[in-house]
Parts: sequence; C-alpha cells; structure tokens
Amino acid sequence: MASVRRFQVGDVLGPLVRPPVTKTQLVMYSGASGDFNPIHTVDEYAREAGLGGVIAHGMLTMAFVGQLLTETAGAGGALKRFGVRFVEMVRPGDTIVCEGRVTGVAEQGGQQVVTCDVWAAIEGSGKHAVIGQAVFTAPLQEEETPSQEDGP
Amino acid sequence: MSLESFRACIGRASEPVKNEIEKGAIRKFAEAIGDPNPLYRDEAAAGGRLVAPPTFSRTLDYGRVPGLELPRAGLIHAGQEFEYFRPIYSGDVLYCHTRLVDVFEKQGKLGRMVFLVFEMEARDQDGNPVVRQKSTVICREAGD
Repeated sequence: MASVRRFQVGDVLGPLVRPPVTKTQLVMYSGASGDFNPIHTVDEYAREAGLGGVIAHGMLTMAFVGQLLTETAGAGGALKRFGVRFVEMVRPGDTIVCEGRVTGVAEQGGQQVVTCDVWAAIEGSGKHAVIGQAVFTAPLQEEETPSQEDGP
Repeated sequence: MSLESFRACIGRASEPVKNEIEKGAIRKFAEAIGDPNPLYRDEAAAGGRLVAPPTFSRTLDYGRVPGLELPRAGLIHAGQEFEYFRPIYSGDVLYCHTRLVDVFEKQGKLGRMVFLVFEMEARDQDGNPVVRQKSTVICREAGD
C-alpha cells in the first residue's frame, strides 16, 4: 500500500494529460449532462454562431481538472471547494493538460487541508482553457479501507 | 430580455426539483468525461453505492427561476464554483433549486455582454446541504 502523501506549499499537482478531445466525446457529454446546446455538436450551427466549428463544453474541461484533484486527494481524501473561470475555448483534437500548485497546507481534525491553484492548458497553444482554485482534504496517516459516509 | 427585466428577477428562486440519482447516470457521466475511477462504476469498489464525480451535480435539474427567459444557444459559461458538504451517491434523493443572485453588464470583445450569476443548491431529504454551486453565464443575445 502506498504511503500517505504529505503536501507542502509549492508542490506541483499532476500533470494529468488527457487523450485528445473528440467530437464523439462531445456527443457523449451532451447526452450525459443534458446540455444539448448545438454549439457543442453541430459544426454548421457553431460556424453560423461565429465559433468556427464545435467547441467543447466548459464543464468537460472542468471535469478533467476534477479528475486531477480526486486522484491527488486519494481514496482517503475529499474535495471541499472547486472553482474555475473558463478563459479559452477547447476544440476537438485539443490535448488538455491539467496541473496545479499547492498554495497552502493546514492540519485540522487529523487531516491535511490543502489549498491549491489549478489550471488546464491546451497543449501546444501556450493557452489555458480554465484556471481556478480548490481545497481538498487528505489523510495525515495511513487509513484502513476508506469507509463510505452514511447517506440519508 | 433586457438588462432591466433580468435585474427584476434578482433574488428569485426556482421551486425545488426532486432528483433521484441513478447508477446508470453516474456511469454514463464517468464514461463521457473518460475518468477511469472505479468508485464511479463498480459498486463493490465503492463500498455499496456509486460515488458521483465532482462536477456531476451541475447536470441535475434545478428548475427555472420564475419570469427568467434565457436564450439557450446564446449562453456562454464563464465560471463555475462548487462547495461540497458530502459526496453524492447513487440512490440519493436530492432537492435542487437555483436562485438568480446578480446581473451585471460588461463591454467585451464581442460587444456588450450581460453576466448572470446563479446560486444553486442540492439538499438531501432532511434538508441538509449536499453541494452548493455558483454559476456565472454570459448572455450574448440580451436585448436593449
């Protein structure tokens, strides 16, 4: 079993390099999310809207950053806050690289409370698609099998 | 809708909508975002019930703010924030509402843009908050 990670200010999170976004993925995300805005799925429509072709849902890119955060926090950790601004459009073929940097660490209730900056870069463009911040908890010590919180 | 008629809706909230969290919906969402985490797919790995990915709650039905008409195709998502109180699990029954909390105007690259800020909340059957969100959208087709 892997030992517990102790976070420090300045630690780099990731990179998580995602496979290139595909048009099929945008159709799948539309179906799974219920967001059927045709700018994500119909090229003709997106061109008429002045976008030059379909663009990815901002929430899809945010989900990639969410994966980075949940993988970083680990099974014993939990995401507490997560916010982003959508700053650049993502298109089919783009490779998204998610990264972060720890900006604060506190110990509270036997856990590490980690504050970080996060971002998703569009590989090869020098541009960020989203930038934001997050707070997550991570265990201070090795845990047994993580127990599921009681539901309602 | 004009800026003034948007502003008239500030403070209004939708009626809470009952959302039943289905296993299939979580699996389909995990598949779409391509996140291989077994907690989103395999009940045994998840210890009983599937866990929803952190952005899943944006896809729930929060109802409509009375009197607010949004041009679906003209909306751009500008920002999104989540505050988590506990994870969402399959089998959860959540009551979700949205409230328009701010409307403001900015001059941007595409001309005049109207920003709408919504606060959304999902609560469990006992009324405890499960996740809160703040969502900022830009309305490009706002009239004068």
